[in-house]
Amino acid sequence: MADIDTGGGKKVSTKVDMTPMVDLAFLLVTFFMLTTTFSKPQTMEVNMPDKTDKNETMKVAKSRTTTLILAENDKIYYYTDPENPDIQLTNFSESGLRKVLLNKVKTIKEPIVIIKAKKESKYKNLVDCIDEMAITGIRIYALVDITPSDLELLEKAPF
Amino acid sequence: MSKVKIARKSISLDMTAMCDMAFLLLTFFILTAKFKADDPVVVDTPASISDVKLPDKDIMTIAIDKQNRVYFGIDGQFDREKMLEYVAGKYKVGFTQEEIKQFSLLSSFGLPIGNLRQLLGTKDKAKFPQMGIPCDSAQNELTDWVAYARYANPKLRITIKGDVNASYETVGKVISTLQDQNINKFNLITNMKAKPKVL
Repeated sequence: MADIDTGGGKKVSTKVDMTPMVDLAFLLVTFFMLTTTFSKPQTMEVNMPDKTDKNETMKVAKSRTTTLILAENDKIYYYTDPENPDIQLTNFSESGLRKVLLNKVKTIKEPIVIIKAKKESKYKNLVDCIDEMAITGIRIYALVDITPSDLELLEKAPF
Repeated sequence: MSKVKIARKSISLDMTAMCDMAFLLLTFFILTAKFKADDPVVVDTPASISDVKLPDKDIMTIAIDKQNRVYFGIDGQFDREKMLEYVAGKYKVGFTQEEIKQFSLLSSFGLPIGNLRQLLGTKDKAKFPQMGIPCDSAQNELTDWVAYARYANPKLRITIKGDVNASYETVGKVISTLQDQNINKFNLITNMKAKPKVL
């Protein structure tokens, strides 16, 4: 009978169950970890040719260049020879533009791509197009203003 | 009938150390977290395979939303104040001390400078209709903002954050505005996309 603690000694255990507290703490840690690392946006660096530098016109073989014209409704027109353009149509699918570019990479040494965007094309088209350059490994490309003769060419295109 | 007695071990372990560590990490992440600034515009950026991360500091963002409105913003409150001073000097707009203070808290804005005071005077800035910064060849205020922002902070890195459905017409105007100032290197902000495995 003497063993029974009647509480007269006031010995209350000071141990607290910390499991929920730890659970919560780790949940918050995970949340903050994910939000900090994933919130940083990706970027794509673009270098444009210098407009003021007139001397920087590079003479290249016509056969090395491909001109892409981004048009409305995600259409892409492309041709090789600027003087005698054999205009063709493609799209942004894997069997479209990528195939065209991969063909160029395989057949021509260091192909050059000239990107011209029509006013009606979307910003997404431009980014996709630059992205395709990165995917197919074309290192030389330039974003150039569209010319009236290009627009005329599109008018005459059969598609 | 003697039974084998299995000693019952207590499964409760001392979690104090674990708790300490968890809260230490929690404090660290809370302190280092940088919350997204409340932009006046929602921009749905296109995806690319590029995995270059944007740095934290010295960033100028030119945002173009799906209605082709152009927004402008730089980081650093002190730089914003300096930039506003320069632009106000050029356009002869007088800003009060309070308005300059309000402007330095804006992460980005999309208004012609004539309407800027109205925005700075309103309390609920998120609801204020913004029509975009003019960047036509007839009236190009964007070029002044860019020039004076770079004057206030020469280390600024220029980024363009365009919406998927923004038309190239506007994007082209912004790009040529930059090129006219001899800025030929800039970054396009994109989402992440997996690189295709098979070519």
